[in-house]
Amino acid sequence: MRDLIQSAIKGHNADYVEVRLEEGRSTHIRYSGKELEDIGSSTSLGGSARAAVGGGWGFVCFNDLTGLREKVSLAVRQARMVGGERIHLAPVEPRVDLVPPHLKKDPALVPLGEKKALLDEYNRIMWGVAGIQSSSIIYGDSSRKVYFATSEGTYIEQEKVDVATYLSAMARDGAEIQQAGLSLGSNGDFSFVESLHQEARDVADKAVKLLKAPPVKGGEYTVVLDPVLAGVFIHEAFGHLSEADHVYENDRLREIMVLGRSFGGPHLNVVDGAAIPGLRGSYRYDDEGVPSTRTYLIKEGTLVGRLHSRETAARMGEPPSGNARAISHRFPPIVRMTNTFIEAGETSFDDLISDIKEGVYVCNWHGGMTSFEMFTFSGGETYMIRNGKIAEMLRPVMLSGNLFTTLHNLEAVGNDLDMNQGGGCGKGGQSPLPVSNGSPHIRISKCLVGGT
Amino acid sequence: MGFSSTTNSSERDALVERALEAAPFGALAHLDFPAASAYPPVEVYDPQVEEVSMEAMEHMGQGLIDAVRAAWPQVLCEGRVSRSLVRMELLNSRGCQASYRKATFNIHIEGVLIEDTDMLFVSESQSSCHPIADITLLKESVLLQLERASRIAKVPTRTMPVVFTPHGLAGVLLGPLLSGLNGKMVLRGTSPLAGRLGERVADERISLWDDPTQPFVPGSRICDDEGVPSRVTPLLKDGVAANFLYDLQTAAQAGALTTASAERSLGSLPSPAPGVLYFAPGDASWEDMLSDMGEGLVVERLLGAGQGNTLGGDFNANVLLGYYVEKGRVVGRAKDVMVSGNVYQVLNTIAGVGKETHWVWGFLNAPHLYCSGVAVAAKR
Repeated sequence: MRDLIQSAIKGHNADYVEVRLEEGRSTHIRYSGKELEDIGSSTSLGGSARAAVGGGWGFVCFNDLTGLREKVSLAVRQARMVGGERIHLAPVEPRVDLVPPHLKKDPALVPLGEKKALLDEYNRIMWGVAGIQSSSIIYGDSSRKVYFATSEGTYIEQEKVDVATYLSAMARDGAEIQQAGLSLGSNGDFSFVESLHQEARDVADKAVKLLKAPPVKGGEYTVVLDPVLAGVFIHEAFGHLSEADHVYENDRLREIMVLGRSFGGPHLNVVDGAAIPGLRGSYRYDDEGVPSTRTYLIKEGTLVGRLHSRETAARMGEPPSGNARAISHRFPPIVRMTNTFIEAGETSFDDLISDIKEGVYVCNWHGGMTSFEMFTFSGGETYMIRNGKIAEMLRPVMLSGNLFTTLHNLEAVGNDLDMNQGGGCGKGGQSPLPVSNGSPHIRISKCLVGGT
Repeated sequence: MGFSSTTNSSERDALVERALEAAPFGALAHLDFPAASAYPPVEVYDPQVEEVSMEAMEHMGQGLIDAVRAAWPQVLCEGRVSRSLVRMELLNSRGCQASYRKATFNIHIEGVLIEDTDMLFVSESQSSCHPIADITLLKESVLLQLERASRIAKVPTRTMPVVFTPHGLAGVLLGPLLSGLNGKMVLRGTSPLAGRLGERVADERISLWDDPTQPFVPGSRICDDEGVPSRVTPLLKDGVAANFLYDLQTAAQAGALTTASAERSLGSLPSPAPGVLYFAPGDASWEDMLSDMGEGLVVERLLGAGQGNTLGGDFNANVLLGYYVEKGRVVGRAKDVMVSGNVYQVLNTIAGVGKETHWVWGFLNAPHLYCSGVAVAAKR
């Protein structure tokens, strides 16, 4: 493979050329209701070539490795068509490295029948709860081996194994339908899939309880988020805006996101980093061959760093952070998050809620989105807080806010940091990318809560 | 039933073997694969699309950006001009053989206007099976959005009349409604419309049908992704639930017939989904709807719709682009505002349906929907 790639990238009239080839295999099992709906396995083979000439990038992807050199030439020709300011790439030391997968219990060694037997059990448990109308289980494991070479002399082979499981239960009472779900994942470790009996029961119980829960009255509240939802919050509300590709070509945004700007109180510290080992967003090299790092984005309330590709780092005169990621060979790498979290503070959960007269406690998540200034994220499980105590259960709510005010309204940070490995991130049509995010419990004042 | 896919063309034999290996663990195959059939003539390939040069596409994108920035120099724009060619071949062991080519041409423009930390997003797109030569409609739509949103209006928190533009309808109402009309949700009992075919579920002015047979519409096709010939399927007829969408397996399980609505990517089993959706137009003009509402909200683009409990028809979203109306006129942009409700409640409190329809993303043709009361929450 190495000879094949390296001979294809030699001697092109371009400033920079890279080739990425990928071999993938995956297994999926999906239940819809009581029935197993889809089971099978797939493989993929493909690659891409990317070239920079002057001010332009060219990108070509393919699933046939013959004529690799011509494919690189096409990327060079495309790059030449694009005008604009000359592309600079932040310098990185050329590396030659082989990175084996991070494996604890390899899902590839677990027979398909065994995986199915486990999921059968969880589905039976969910259906054992009275009031359940339907259920859904989605299991997937995949491995991705990347062969990457650049015209600067880097050659890296890197393999990663990802496991993800989603359980959900739906309950119905006449026209009322409610659902609850749980999303989990790991980097190279099947073992979490083996012990979800209690979780399956809880998910089904929650769906049934939601039928009786009233909706929240819309408006502004002091909200307390659990570590799962607070992790989604920091990913959506702040993480995307720290991705430098959004910032570098937008002068106004550069002014807003200037390093040194205050984003919150001294209790707020936010980190992203693929160098933190063993999480779903962890890796040794990004998809440009840059070694991963651990980057402070906010330190004691002040913006101190951001996430970069080699191009954005050079443009902004900041160090490359190893955050250029491509979801597959069909896409060029773009700036992405990896493992993003709010560092633990000192406040206990009881102290977080003790002086809230009327507020909302939101746990777990359905999803989240951002348009930079505005963000929304939705919780899976919601309770009123009354006079410092968790009170009645509510229907799932959606929280919405403005980044620049909300982080300043983040009043208190708990002492119970927890990382969430479920779900995935989408950007530029590349979804779902394995990431993790986390936080301790946090408290935000004046948060807009949607309800009917 | 077992399933396997690959993008590695040297693995053809292994591909079938893997699907056979998985089959003993898989779902019971209730379906029969379709046999050979005759397909309706649905033209979706215009060779001229392939002939548009990359230089001409670059020129068109730059022209659109320049036209917007000539009127609004502070707006940062991103334009995307693309053409795509798809060739589909489908074969099965019962003799079905389907094949078509489709060419599409797409233009998309997004603009952002930043003042201090305030960000205004506008966008428009157009898709066609012919080359698009005229950018006037795209330009005018973006300029109109910028003009209507040029100042921020004060929006109260209460239930108020709301006009959903075709984009607003697609963004917030369509998802929960299609979930309810999906045969798989009906089969599982998680659709509020289950068991209600033939019943009134919406205002009688609401008619909706799936029609992937119209020529040169980007979502049209001769057959669905299982090789079943395309056809017209009424979904809501004068407010009455008429059909649910089915693929072969779901239809067989439900004791129904397929509606030729199987959709699949290379790496997934088929599942029911619409081809091209059409909402019937009504008789209300834009001015009629605004003057009738007096005070209310126009919802154009949404952020975060579809995150909540869509199964029951609920929606809940931040209004990314919307306008507040006072005394029958747009007075400015609605910002820091959320809309919440239930799609069936909206469809039963229709106060007017627009008389013109517009294309959204090449697979939805819809008018404005004017609803008498939707919950709006605004930041104080």
